[in-house]
Amino acid sequence: MSILVGKNTRVITQGITGKSGLFHTRLSHEYAPRFVGGVTPGKGGSKILDLPVFDTVYQAKEKTNCNASMIFVPPPFAADAILEAIDNEIELIICITEGIPVQDMLPVKRALEASKKSRLIGPNCPGVISPDLCKIGIMPGYIHKKGNIGVISKSGTLTYEAVGQTSALGLGQSTCVGIGGDPVIGSTFIDILALFEEDDETKAIIMIGEIGGDAEIKAAQFIKDNIKKPVAAFIAGQTAPKGKRMGHAGAIISNGKGTAEEKIEALRACGAAIAPTPAEIGSTVLKLLEIHY
Amino acid sequence: MNLHEYQAKSLFRSYGVKVPDGYFCTTPVEAEFAFRRLHSPVCVVKAQVHAGGRGKGGGVKLVRDPKECYTTAEKMLGMNLVTHQTGAEGKIVRKIYVEAGSDIAKEYYLAMLVDREKSAISLMFSKEGGMDIEELAETHPEKIITLSVNPITGLRSFHFNKISFLAGLDNNEATQLKEIITKLYQCFREKDLSLLEINPLIVTKSHEMLALDAKISVDENALYRQRDLEAMRDFDEENEREVEASKHKLSYIGLDGNIGCLVNGAGLAMATMDIIKHYGGDPANFLDVGGGATQEMVTNAFRLILQDKSVKGVFVNIFGGIMQCDIIAKGICAASSELGIKIPLVVRLEGTNVEEGKKIIATSGLNVIIASDMADGAKRIVAACR
Repeated sequence: MSILVGKNTRVITQGITGKSGLFHTRLSHEYAPRFVGGVTPGKGGSKILDLPVFDTVYQAKEKTNCNASMIFVPPPFAADAILEAIDNEIELIICITEGIPVQDMLPVKRALEASKKSRLIGPNCPGVISPDLCKIGIMPGYIHKKGNIGVISKSGTLTYEAVGQTSALGLGQSTCVGIGGDPVIGSTFIDILALFEEDDETKAIIMIGEIGGDAEIKAAQFIKDNIKKPVAAFIAGQTAPKGKRMGHAGAIISNGKGTAEEKIEALRACGAAIAPTPAEIGSTVLKLLEIHY
Repeated sequence: MNLHEYQAKSLFRSYGVKVPDGYFCTTPVEAEFAFRRLHSPVCVVKAQVHAGGRGKGGGVKLVRDPKECYTTAEKMLGMNLVTHQTGAEGKIVRKIYVEAGSDIAKEYYLAMLVDREKSAISLMFSKEGGMDIEELAETHPEKIITLSVNPITGLRSFHFNKISFLAGLDNNEATQLKEIITKLYQCFREKDLSLLEINPLIVTKSHEMLALDAKISVDENALYRQRDLEAMRDFDEENEREVEASKHKLSYIGLDGNIGCLVNGAGLAMATMDIIKHYGGDPANFLDVGGGATQEMVTNAFRLILQDKSVKGVFVNIFGGIMQCDIIAKGICAASSELGIKIPLVVRLEGTNVEEGKKIIATSGLNVIIASDMADGAKRIVAACR
């Protein structure tokens, strides 16, 4: 089994007629044919990539019985798109959009907490992939290989790095989840760690964090208390200057808090193996597997 | 994006929050005139730079007559202000704010911020204003009252009660504070602020509550709907190359080292700096060309990196997912010949069309070192820049 996505995932794309939405729906659908439609208000009734387009998520769900949505809606309308998906009880909502105003995400977060059905991944993330089964997002499919490593990351290209390394070592991945680099995101490291712990296919977990906030520190404590599987971690931004936003909206050391050092220390103290460089993420997890199994 | 004190105060005024009268000035003559117009026995000349700790660095001065205001402004304008927040290099003062002096009886502290951990807007109040709040948070955290506001239900009476009763405010102060917080919260929401800080929020001897200082940061993701605030952006306060980079949709941050970095993706860009450091080198910059970089963007990125005269070599680290390595390779070749790059160049390519990419570089005749992986690339560029 993989986590979050699989053979029974039925995906729609919100914002399917936009340039990026269309491009990545095509690539994802070619990788594994899990897409059943798309939504663009005003374009309902048409077809794109041979998939039906609807005006609303409500209609899309009624006609396709979709259980997942990939969101490519531009920043001014993205929070609304997420809320629409929550309102229609879409189980898995993956928001790729970068640049959503942070205050737009605050009520979205409350709506997620109140929802009993929906889970959000992102925003500002590369998406989710279970090799050979389902790809929802912008990651290059071909670098992935079916296997036993679960990957959770705030960063896109750094995830590809970890994927490339574990594929080259023959380990492969069970599922890769990009949780996103914004200050306010749907699912956190902890949410995904818990899913990997329960997943039979996942033997070890790679967690890739970065400077800013304290999600990695909370995750460290959670690993200590709840995760029996081995965890390898890498934290980006050890050389990042304080008070500067490093590309991602959430990657900033403010008031001396959220440094890579404190996160690395917390993770190490809680039993995670730390990859000393981004080039050694794969070898770090390989060593863990040799010790544990 | 940060606002200056004078800009933040004008925003406060527009929301009906009281601030002392003052004038924004850029010359000593304007400052002298401002003093006369303020009709106050004492005025304060305040340097307008995006950094805290101005007082200790000599950026806040009391003046008692128009002549003194003129000479103080003359000295302050153009001075290099060094505070604990500017770093050793300091900041040039180009603008000042001349403000009427206040009879200070008490100094409080008030702040609002987007609390990423709680996914709420958090509010902080303390009766121990005026001092460094980070220091207070370390030594006396119990003296800071914190509450977080649910974005759906908003500010409620119990929030004000919590502050008033915990802080032990009298009726007059509690009433004034409630009004100030209500207005500022509205401002915070409507203007997409990410931080708002008043230190100190004073009570005058005539029992009036005023914002004596004001610090505001605006969420850059929201600038598309905050055009009036976007117009307040002061490019003088920002690093020239960072501004230049943002015009080309590149994310760039200058550092102190000598190894230029050109990377796709923010996480990988940070990790590239880290691995250079790990192998004993010093990165000169953070640079993310983004997921869909074009040949032109790669050339612009190179141009930007090479403007930094301390750069002795460049490390290109690309994991092409959606971005194709052959396009990057063409960009590197074009930039190299266009800009006449003479310093060592190490390129690590991985991902889509990687073999074509490597072939383009190998046959270009350019003096480029092709690395087999990220670690190899980092080692090679560090060795080349020794």
